[in-house]
Amino acid sequence: MAELGTMRVKGGLAEMLKGGVIMDVTTAEQARIAEEAGAVAVMALERVPSDIRAQGGVARMADPDKIAEIQETVTIPVMAKARIGHFVEAQILEALEVDYIDESEVLTPADTAHHIDKWRFTVPFVCGCTNLGEALRRLAEGAAMIRTKGEAGTGDIVNAVTHMRSVFGSIRRLGGLAQEELYSEAKQLQAPYELVRWVAEQGRLPVVTFTAGGIATPADAALCMQLGADGVFVGSGIFKSSDPFLRAKAIVEATTHFQDAEVLARVSRGLGDPMPGLSAAALAPEELLETRGW
Amino acid sequence: MTGPLRIGVLAIQGDFREHAGVLRRLGADPVEVRKPEQLDGLDGLIVPGGESTAISLLIRDGLEEGLRRFRGPVFGTCAGMILLGRDHLGLVDVAVRRNAYGRQVASFEADLDLEGEAVPLRGVFIRAPRVDVIGPGVEVLAEHDGEPVLLRDGRFLVASFHPELTDDTRVHERFLDMVRAEVMAGGGTL
Repeated sequence: MAELGTMRVKGGLAEMLKGGVIMDVTTAEQARIAEEAGAVAVMALERVPSDIRAQGGVARMADPDKIAEIQETVTIPVMAKARIGHFVEAQILEALEVDYIDESEVLTPADTAHHIDKWRFTVPFVCGCTNLGEALRRLAEGAAMIRTKGEAGTGDIVNAVTHMRSVFGSIRRLGGLAQEELYSEAKQLQAPYELVRWVAEQGRLPVVTFTAGGIATPADAALCMQLGADGVFVGSGIFKSSDPFLRAKAIVEATTHFQDAEVLARVSRGLGDPMPGLSAAALAPEELLETRGW
Repeated sequence: MTGPLRIGVLAIQGDFREHAGVLRRLGADPVEVRKPEQLDGLDGLIVPGGESTAISLLIRDGLEEGLRRFRGPVFGTCAGMILLGRDHLGLVDVAVRRNAYGRQVASFEADLDLEGEAVPLRGVFIRAPRVDVIGPGVEVLAEHDGEPVLLRDGRFLVASFHPELTDDTRVHERFLDMVRAEVMAGGGTL
């Protein structure tokens, strides 16, 4: 008999997205541009992170009409964001048959202590993290894909780099620990021992790991890939730039040819202006999105 | 024959690393292919799963021509089957409908009967395509619910599921047998 929603099926879609670019879109027209530029999936949302940041207020799941319109426009997977802990938004997104749910810190959290119990769903989830412990806690809750958070809506890559170095560096250090040291390490990481041991033995997370938050140029995307990301999410970086189609296409090529400096130099030319940046280091603590999630 | 078989894996996007892993386990030498010249001297080629829309855009400058000219055995899974089929490269005589089982919530795994084998094969179907029309001379090697999911057309092997996502290496072994037969016959490389 056919089995739906197994971990292999959930994680399997993420495997197919590897080496690709997932783009934030707010309209069907943007979704079409993203698909034509070579995106492997689109993230349907109400406002891109830089607008959420500028306009403030409560950021929620996108309007189901908008999600349906985007689903009708493109044939690539359509993802959508639910607020942290808002399992009813997730139920609605599953009923709409989105292909992946992003339980995202970019939206205003609905729960200050608990994330969604993702095992209860057939639809797979991707969750953000800033360090290994956070990634493993999300996996324990049933996430089938991880993305490092970065600082969304800034166009500043520094936090994405910090988070990747933290996650991948911690994985490398785990590999050097003795078996009996892993118990205490699991306590430090606030993560289940079995997962900690698996990661220590395998030298990687058990799911596909993308990078998000602050990617604005082809060079940013290739930097993330060279640091060990399986692929990238680009939010405001495309549709807040002066020529979204050209930039989207260039970021896609840079993600495929991330080790080829000649290709990177070629695709980096003639792109017009990137999104206006915002230094992540200049943000007040209460303006940071990366600290949301527990 | 000297040395291990050199098998290219199209590495534009998708789960090319999983294919490379299976090949390595079977003693072959996987080679990542991102540019047309990397196809030179390969004994066979795998076109992996991924997003067929994205991959078909990214192979437009050069690689698509290279794939058409490639003379060795080729194995395509999921997106790879779509790309090799009638509507894209037209190298395999099957008409394929994309995402034909529905969106991700309809993705599934199921046991498949593999032609000539007693033990079933676990098929992982991710937003999988369906084969609507099969040309004459195309051989069906496995079915699911009466529909073909693993097919052979001459030097091409195509699957609508992902054998590279399980530990069962039998489909890849069949492909390597096809490659070996071709190398023995003196074909294979360009």
